Amino acid sequence: MTTTFPINPPAPAALLLPEPGPVTLHVNGQSIALTIAPWTTLLDALREHAHLSGTKKGCDHGQCGACTVLMNGTRINSCLSLAVMHQDDEITTIEGLAHGDELHPLQQAFIDHDAFQCGYCTPGQLCSAVGLLSEGHARTAEEIRELMSGNICRCAAYPHIVSAIQEVMHAQPLRP
Amino acid sequence: MLTEATDPIATRFIAGGTNLLDLMKQQVEQPAKLVDINRLPLSAITELPNGGLRLGALVTNADTAYHPLVQGRYPLLAQTILAGASPQLRNKATNGGNLMQRTRCYYFYDVATPCNKRMPGSGCGALGGYNRVCGILGTSESCIATHPSDMCVALAALEAVVQVSGPHGERTIPMADFHRLPGNEPHRDNTLLPGELITAIDLPAQGFAQHYTYLKLRDRTSYAFALVSVAVGLELTDGLITQARLALGGVAHKPWRRPAAEAMLVGQPAEPETYRAVVQSLLAGSRGYDHNAFKIELAERAIVQALSQALNRSA
Amino acid sequence: MKSIKAALIDATLNTVETLVGHLPDPAPDPLRNAREFIGKPYPRVDGRLKVTGQARYATEHPIAGMTHAVVVHSSIAKGKISHLDTQAAESVPGVLAVMTHRNAPRMKTPETASLFNPVAGSNTSVPVMQSADITWNGEAVAVVVAETLELANYAAGLVGIRYEEEPAALSLEAEKGNATIPTLVVTQSPEVNIGDAKAALAVAPVVSDQEYETPWQNQHAMEPHASIAAWMGKDQLLVYDSTQSPPGVQHNLARMFDLKPEQVRVVTEFVGGAFGGKVAAWSNVPLAAAAARLVGRPVKLALSRAGVSMVVGGRTLTQQRVALGATLDGKLTAMIHTGYGMRTTKDVWAEQYTFPIRHLYASPNIHVLQKVVRLDRVQNSYMRAPGETPGSFALESAMDELAHKLGLDPVELRMRNEPDKDPTHGTYFSSRHLREAYALAAGKFGWDPQRPEPGTQREGDWLIGTGVATAFYPVQQLPVTIKARITADGHVEVSTSSIEMGVGLATVQTQHIAERFGVPYERARYLHGDTDLPMSQASGGSAATSSVGAAIHAAADKLTEKLLKLAQRNKQSVLRGVKRKNVELRAGGLYRLDQPAVGESYEQLLGASGQAFVEAEGSVPASALVLNMKTSMASYGAHFCEVRVHARTRQVQVRRFMSAFDCGRIMNPQTARSQIVGGIIMGIGMALMEEAVYDERTGRLMTPSLGEYHVPVHADVPEFEVYFLDEPDPVMPMGTKPVGEVSIVGTAAAVANAVFQATGIRVRHLPITADKLL
Repeated sequence: MTTTFPINPPAPAALLLPEPGPVTLHVNGQSIALTIAPWTTLLDALREHAHLSGTKKGCDHGQCGACTVLMNGTRINSCLSLAVMHQDDEITTIEGLAHGDELHPLQQAFIDHDAFQCGYCTPGQLCSAVGLLSEGHARTAEEIRELMSGNICRCAAYPHIVSAIQEVMHAQPLRP
Repeated sequence: MLTEATDPIATRFIAGGTNLLDLMKQQVEQPAKLVDINRLPLSAITELPNGGLRLGALVTNADTAYHPLVQGRYPLLAQTILAGASPQLRNKATNGGNLMQRTRCYYFYDVATPCNKRMPGSGCGALGGYNRVCGILGTSESCIATHPSDMCVALAALEAVVQVSGPHGERTIPMADFHRLPGNEPHRDNTLLPGELITAIDLPAQGFAQHYTYLKLRDRTSYAFALVSVAVGLELTDGLITQARLALGGVAHKPWRRPAAEAMLVGQPAEPETYRAVVQSLLAGSRGYDHNAFKIELAERAIVQALSQALNRSA
Repeated sequence: MKSIKAALIDATLNTVETLVGHLPDPAPDPLRNAREFIGKPYPRVDGRLKVTGQARYATEHPIAGMTHAVVVHSSIAKGKISHLDTQAAESVPGVLAVMTHRNAPRMKTPETASLFNPVAGSNTSVPVMQSADITWNGEAVAVVVAETLELANYAAGLVGIRYEEEPAALSLEAEKGNATIPTLVVTQSPEVNIGDAKAALAVAPVVSDQEYETPWQNQHAMEPHASIAAWMGKDQLLVYDSTQSPPGVQHNLARMFDLKPEQVRVVTEFVGGAFGGKVAAWSNVPLAAAAARLVGRPVKLALSRAGVSMVVGGRTLTQQRVALGATLDGKLTAMIHTGYGMRTTKDVWAEQYTFPIRHLYASPNIHVLQKVVRLDRVQNSYMRAPGETPGSFALESAMDELAHKLGLDPVELRMRNEPDKDPTHGTYFSSRHLREAYALAAGKFGWDPQRPEPGTQREGDWLIGTGVATAFYPVQQLPVTIKARITADGHVEVSTSSIEMGVGLATVQTQHIAERFGVPYERARYLHGDTDLPMSQASGGSAATSSVGAAIHAAADKLTEKLLKLAQRNKQSVLRGVKRKNVELRAGGLYRLDQPAVGESYEQLLGASGQAFVEAEGSVPASALVLNMKTSMASYGAHFCEVRVHARTRQVQVRRFMSAFDCGRIMNPQTARSQIVGGIIMGIGMALMEEAVYDERTGRLMTPSLGEYHVPVHADVPEFEVYFLDEPDPVMPMGTKPVGEVSIVGTAAAVANAVFQATGIRVRHLPITADKLL
């Protein structure tokens, strides 16, 4: 019995392959000029081309949240975004959360609550938590858990992440 | 958002890209060109003269769900959207794109396996394979895939109308006619014509904001596709049902409705345990496969539960 | 005459016996009650790096000239590649090579690591891309290397392959008739016979005799398996790898590429989770090195999430029978635990799912027998508490079933069968505080010994149930060598090649160093994760803290002697003439025991001698498992959980989870709690959702990604309370016992038992999804 792979006919090789082109990203307040293929994801542009490897690739399919960054303050999965489509956006990554040596309150709370173990999902959890706080839809622990569910932590630091977020949330004035 | 596809190297529209880029990484989609439509003026939610609401195709799922008019008048839709995906995905995914989502059937996603939807004529891997997530209603010998959207289940219940624009002008498609059953053309998810683009989704004035629910049953508490889901909207007068909408997700190639089953609810008292006939009518003709026969009973229970929740909800 | 198999087992067990003599600290460690640094909740030493995105994982090391590799996987389970079309991929500008069996550098067959040969460093002995043979669906068949990841990904889709398929063994159920008995289960015999369990079961007044099944599971650490390989010349190889064992990877690569180990350097600064999946190298590591050799440039190879599921072996599926017989007052008279797991053609790794029953309960009659079934699938491997986890699901469910038949409180049933000696080895326990753990957790949980009948507790639409189960994990010791250096400015630095995968090892060893050498925390430093450092084998088996700790203790003893010698040479020293047994390391120096104020600081001792530092190595060898040791040593826990099950839709949610543990002395209650909670949540995943499913027609994994293979998310997590008895073990270094894996053991059974109490439905086939409760 003969089996062929892939079953899908592959796209015609190279014929239609677009050339890499200039893409400028605005990341953590800085402009970064890259020359990349148009199908480069925002995640790969950050990690492999801009060498901002704080943003993590856990699944590359929007199924884990490790790649979460803030786009104009809104949390998104950078693995399911094309870099070329974000040239007008202000992107904030884990590298941009602290102000110099002064950690973002969530970063400090994560340390204080031991809200991570291996640390690989942590940048995504933190960016997601920053987005969560600015969205303002979560009040209770249950709501935090639901609205943080796009960020998987296989070490399962979940209870500590929630308590870290709660601490910062309650330190902030509640939005009206 | 993407155009209807039979040709794997066609041009695709891209908006949020949360499904299209995923499919491209899997080599399920291999478009030669992408057209970024994010600058089109389709990013507003506006009130319609008939009392309804127009949801721009490019409004994100999150902005839709948290919009005050949606929350106030269509809480069923808000609840349904928030039951889907994750906050990050909802922040990126658009309303138009949500309708264009492709199935999550494992065989569709794996190009090393046969799939008539992905490659017409290659066979259906799910038939005789691992089909836990597959459909029980309206399936065919070619395809037993389901439509994965939550939002579309609520839109079906609300009888939303899809506004499309294309080479031959603009037209409207009722939600009931937008997605289709697989038949022997499972590669066609919906009834869009080549080159057509969703511009908006119109919600009728009737929002069922008093008695509604979206019940989603899945293999974990959040961030998972539905095994079975039920959207319910009811109108009651003096304890009797005067109008009913009932749509199922996770069971068919499209959001599953049977107006005849809904009509059986009209005039009934608010006692879901007595709705056996309604449940049977809605699920008539259902068929289970090796790993998903449980969905029939799960759907029966889910329908009764959802009706019960909708009746007990006081807005 | 003995059979060859029996002789092999004897030889192995003899090896184990000789190792017993090398146990750490036959005398109690004086630090077991120390409290200045040990036992305090220090924040992680790498916390700041991790929350700022500065911690560097395997593929995040910048190297000039980097190229990117993407793996193409087979789509059949068994057969041969009959046709390869790489031309389309090769013609893509920027593609540097398409490596297949036709052009891959020659690599020797890897050697499978075992407890007795951990440094072999491979998880399988399947040759890597050396022939057209395919041995499982998902095996790597090509590696595309390109200038960018985008090009490599694109070109990988252009590789055309045809196969000649051969019949494959793909179903455990179908192949059960061909099951064989493995030579060993880890270090133990696969068979135990004490008394006559079958006869005792036949006459037992109360019997529970059931079959249990657990599915294949994937570790799914958040960081996919990934490496950078860079050749410097033909015979020097630098590898950054996400591994639990840099020396294992080093030796594996040295063997495969015909190099000396010292020609290979493996660096592992941080590991983004492992859970057993990175104990030794999978094919992705030699493939990265081979690709780098082929293109003559550094190669970065990170498996895709689906690639991890296909190339990395997970936890075997099991089918188990547990039969328990008891007297009417709940004394066990017979225990039988038998079952099947999988093996592959090349390798046998029989998971120790019968270890809990060998250790947990007293019974005069015990029968244990494990079998393996050959399948053409990826090699089964380690996943958090391998064996104990699926085994405890069966055993602890069975105990609950027996308790229900007896009409006895399941906690009381366990207490009535608590052994005073190891039930299968007859050895005494070094420390076993399971009774205390049950008492503590039961009190905190508010356990009701007279629970209502199953299926009768209701809150609104929800059925409520509670369940208990015992946790257990044996002590192991890893082979570890460390170097400890005391510098003239009073700092102490310990270095070793072992890694930090998030368990908190670097943090607790920093605490330990401060305590052991009596220096301020800021003056203690722990360096790790590089084969240029003294060799420590794989981190695993919940043994790193105690093993590294024992090696540090050994080095500290040597340094005590060295420092005393320095003092003896110094005529002014107040320690001159003092005997070794009358000094100790304390308060940043060497001090007399009999006159605690008399001594010298490290600065004084080294300053006087003119030395910049004094250093010593400390080593401990591998031990076998506790079950072979002269003393029976293990961690224990008592799990209590409460679930709610929707009366109609059968959604299951764990509401409360409370556990108490006897894990010996707790080095750091914060990081220990994190590990315990993490293990329980992984156990909840096992109980309720985790299941890898193969299409048995093709051997294709249909749940390769996190969208199909569900792991717990935030919303699945209940309220937790975790208690530690914090009783030092009298034998173990620092009084510690295993922490990392014990908590997943028993968790799935506790949940299943609670689901039974809620619904009256006993689910014996994990996971407990709604369809099984309809």
